[in-house]
Amino acid sequence: MKASPTTASVPVKRSMSVRAWIANYGVYVALALLVVINAIITPHFLTVANLRLQLIQTAPVLIVALGMAMVIGTKGIDLSVGSVMALSAAIMPLYIGYGTVPAILVGIAAGGLSGLMIGALVSYFGIQPIVATLAVLIGGRGLANVIGGEIKNLSDPGLAVLGSGSLLGIPYSVLSAVILVLVAAFLMRRTTFGVMVEAIGGNKKAAELAGIRIKSVLVSVYVLSGLLAAFAGVLVAARSSASDPRTLGLLMELSAIAAVVIGGTSLAGGKVRILGTVGGALLMQLIVSTLVSHNIPDSVSQMVQAIVIVVAVALQVGRRKA
Amino acid sequence: MTDTSQQGPAQPHEEAALALAARGLNKSFSGVHVLHDVDFSLRPGTIHTVVGENGAGKSTLIKSLTGVYQTETGCIELAGSEVRFNHPSQAQDAGISTVYQEVNLVPLLSVARNIFLGREPRGRLGLIDVRALNRKAAEVVQDLGIDVDVTAELGALGLGVQQMIALARAVTTEARVVIMDEPTSSLERREVEVLFSVARRLRDQGVGIVFISHRLDELWELCDEVTILRDGRVVHTGPMHELDRRSLISAMLGRDITEHGVTSFTDTDVSETTAEVVLEAKDLSAPGRLQSVDVSVRAGEIVGLAGLLGSGRSETVKAIYGGLDTSSGQITVKGGPVRRGSVPAALRAGIALLSEDRKAEGIVPELSVRDNIILGILPRVSNAGVLSNRRIDELVDRWIHRLGIKVSSSRQLISELSGGNQQKVLIARWLCTEPSVFLLDEPTRGIDVGAKQEVQALIDELAEKGMAVVLISSETEELVAGSDSILVLRDGEVSEILTDDQVDNSRLLSALVDGGQR
Amino acid sequence: MSTTSTTEAGLADAGRRTRVEKLARLTQRNGALVILLCLIVVSAFAFPTFASAGNLSQIALQAAFLAPLALGLTFVIFTGGIDLSVGSVFALGGVLAAWASQYGFLAALLVPLIVCTFIGLVQGAIVAFTSIPSFIVTLAGLLFARGLLLALTEEGSETYKVPADSAFLELSRGSFLGLGFPVWIVIVLFAIGVLVLHRTSYGSTLLAIGGQPDAARLMGLPVLRSTLIVFAVSGTMAGLAGALTASYTASGVTTLGVGLELTAIAAVVLGGTLLTGGAGTVVGSLVGVVLLQVVANLINRMGLTNSNWQAVVNGAVLLVVAVAQVLLSRVQAQERQRRRGGEADAPKPT
Repeated sequence: MKASPTTASVPVKRSMSVRAWIANYGVYVALALLVVINAIITPHFLTVANLRLQLIQTAPVLIVALGMAMVIGTKGIDLSVGSVMALSAAIMPLYIGYGTVPAILVGIAAGGLSGLMIGALVSYFGIQPIVATLAVLIGGRGLANVIGGEIKNLSDPGLAVLGSGSLLGIPYSVLSAVILVLVAAFLMRRTTFGVMVEAIGGNKKAAELAGIRIKSVLVSVYVLSGLLAAFAGVLVAARSSASDPRTLGLLMELSAIAAVVIGGTSLAGGKVRILGTVGGALLMQLIVSTLVSHNIPDSVSQMVQAIVIVVAVALQVGRRKA
Repeated sequence: MTDTSQQGPAQPHEEAALALAARGLNKSFSGVHVLHDVDFSLRPGTIHTVVGENGAGKSTLIKSLTGVYQTETGCIELAGSEVRFNHPSQAQDAGISTVYQEVNLVPLLSVARNIFLGREPRGRLGLIDVRALNRKAAEVVQDLGIDVDVTAELGALGLGVQQMIALARAVTTEARVVIMDEPTSSLERREVEVLFSVARRLRDQGVGIVFISHRLDELWELCDEVTILRDGRVVHTGPMHELDRRSLISAMLGRDITEHGVTSFTDTDVSETTAEVVLEAKDLSAPGRLQSVDVSVRAGEIVGLAGLLGSGRSETVKAIYGGLDTSSGQITVKGGPVRRGSVPAALRAGIALLSEDRKAEGIVPELSVRDNIILGILPRVSNAGVLSNRRIDELVDRWIHRLGIKVSSSRQLISELSGGNQQKVLIARWLCTEPSVFLLDEPTRGIDVGAKQEVQALIDELAEKGMAVVLISSETEELVAGSDSILVLRDGEVSEILTDDQVDNSRLLSALVDGGQR
Repeated sequence: MSTTSTTEAGLADAGRRTRVEKLARLTQRNGALVILLCLIVVSAFAFPTFASAGNLSQIALQAAFLAPLALGLTFVIFTGGIDLSVGSVFALGGVLAAWASQYGFLAALLVPLIVCTFIGLVQGAIVAFTSIPSFIVTLAGLLFARGLLLALTEEGSETYKVPADSAFLELSRGSFLGLGFPVWIVIVLFAIGVLVLHRTSYGSTLLAIGGQPDAARLMGLPVLRSTLIVFAVSGTMAGLAGALTASYTASGVTTLGVGLELTAIAAVVLGGTLLTGGAGTVVGSLVGVVLLQVVANLINRMGLTNSNWQAVVNGAVLLVVAVAQVLLSRVQAQERQRRRGGEADAPKPT
């Protein structure tokens, strides 16, 4: 019998190794643990007000992370998201005169345009995603500052509602995050788009030979990321009723990447875990707020975040090699 | 162009210690036995070639000798003393140098820098003594008969010279054993000649060289001794000149019928001449790879593509499928023209291709069996982009059942399946596209006997139902049993066509052996 | 018996490239320099005071603070990796320098260098000994360093000032032959960098790691050691740049350096070093840094004192250069293909 070592493999039992299990579900376990710990040691943790606050603060990062997860699924990266947030928040005030909704739409559209440009550069020109999105990160924030200039007060009632209002007790920002999570999960699990994204990240050549149009999928994924980032920018601006392009969304790309990676989606592309991303975003948020509510200084908080990221990835990378 | 005056001493040296010897090597991967009790002896001052088709174990043997793999049994002796390498760098330090098919040097650096990469002569302050570097490099290069400016940037030189520099690098480690793994694959004739002269010089200096190449003509031109591997076993070893082309190829490709049984292909006696021509590819050309290849397949016909490694079989089917850049050619399916160079166009026209390398071009490892199967027909199993689970499950279950794919569920990750089952999943993917033409590149390679037979039977069945099939297989017995006619390719051109009763083992072997010199 | 020498076979020619290929290659390698020179010449005419010794040395000085960062980063990129932490390490270096300046000049210089080198070393160790991509490791490093920074400065509230009489201030304020000390430091560093790349085994090892990562180890090259060193040095350079800045501003500003790694990456890309590793130029990164600085200077002169225009232009320049590099690579690949008549088919390894 001719056998080629590279392709023959014996059927493997379905039981997962401990390591694989940790990599897949660790984030939820950690999350649960953290909730329990907080319930014990943090006063007022399990109050509606606090939980509400946690969710409100997670919402923007989560929304951005959804787009980031899809981009990473194609083996790409999007460093521009923070600047896109700032850009959309800077553009909004200019159109607020036309009404709340038009202004929001224009802001979001700006993100979509940025994504379109990036997607075209990556798929048609073959520019590396890190370089293309880096350029937008640098230029986009500058542009936002040029347009925005300084802190602008947004005293639009419609925006105020979006930022601080709620529907049946659930803040609109959280509601939109939930809806977007459901949409993203649906996209990835139940549509051809989701299969294509994961196929491109998993084995681009195979996807190409199966007749998948790589270029249009890539463009779409960056457009989506841009749209989501822009929407997150709108939310942040609405909540604080102000738009400061200098700081809005600063370092957001790092938080988003962290959430995605901790949630189990690998930087090497392939499987996109939407639920995991939610877990990752919540986990990072909880870690930060736990430290804050116990008056642990910002410095320690950042160092802890750094360690969590490395550990989370280390666990996954081990799994990949096995 | 065999110039026997260029060959080394016809008599091996008297019993000097063997440069490299291996005895009783056994190696398995995940339960698959790849090397069976392999013995290998390399005499100093000889060029020894190891021959075998894909899957015969050549690469595994070489890797076992150079410390990339560790064998389960057997011992390896270097210049008479036993050694055990756990890492390739150990083999290097011990004096075994390997030159690979790919030039693994740094194009930006000069020739001299590359030759001494990592071992440069130092001068003051520990910095590289550039003058000494260039001087020594010039000596090495001159010693080997290569005339090149050692200060030139490596990347600016032709590939042949680059390969020679890789060889020079191997030599500067004062290796007594040099292994050359397919060094001539990307070289032009002139460059090959120069490489040979360098190799001969080394041999004359007493170095033992292992030379691997799929271009058989080169073997008689350069090598003194030969070892033939087949299915992981040594079937022959001895002086090169004692073997002629026919016996070499027979030993390489022949099969022991009593051991492996017949294939599952049935003896069809269909009169195909009345069936319509489904696929017609004319004048397919790709510079350097294909030269005016014509392929014509009728409904229900299985056309085999035969040829040795590098003859252009995979390139031909890739060209038909639109996965290869072609400079000319017309492809029609059922009379309708198909745009060249576009995979979606080929799929639309009803062509499907099962790639040779399923790991690199077939399976998407992180996806489920289910997703892998529907990858080619996403529009067909969805409404406005939304997947229809009902349709998918029905389709997937049907094929799993039909092909006997062993899975715990359709959602199982494809990476967890055996090779045979993975191959079946890919076949299911293509059959879902409902092709009228199915191009199969080594469909039974690397899968267990049971799955192999099932796949063969399937191909038969498809043809019976009217599909036009092009079959590539390195196993001549399989090709002969399965094909209604065979196109023999050689260096990118069709050298012979076998039809009807010309399709038999000995006829095919002759065609592979003869058929004009390069 | 005759031996075939390559001259007979005609293989000794070093310049087999076509003219188009050579031109493309030249442009790709030196494009930034060309643009820089053109820009300088044009500006000299457009803005009379541009080409004054004072202005030019000012540009050089400003560039000198980013340059060491770009240098360390360039070597990391040679190996195909990336160091996202340099901005935070830079800020850390500045704070450490300002804090340590009360203990004298030597302390002010050595403390940041030692600490930042150590941080780089740790990152290098993680990259070398695990399969975690350098992107992630240095991303975490970015966060960690900034956290450390906050810890050392009472959560950002404490801004250490360099004593007014400290010799440390001279480091950035003094000048020699009309150019500030930092400029000379940068010149020396880059000269060393060029030497390292071209005259040491380490330099070629880095390129090999970037170009042929799997083969590098098989070739017997000290991959692990080189990886450790390259990240450690990147940390050192960032620390040095931070110390210089602290010396210049006479204080350790904690909010500096945010996003600086990105500007450094932009400079490296502009200079012609490929982000994929295995190819690049040390001098190019210097050109990239200077180019960005010249652009900044020009934007100021055009009345757009808003530093944000700088950012917009930087982003645009980066895009244009990236596209140009891709197109130039394609031209070279096409010419190579045409020249060789397509690659001979290579069989799959058995």
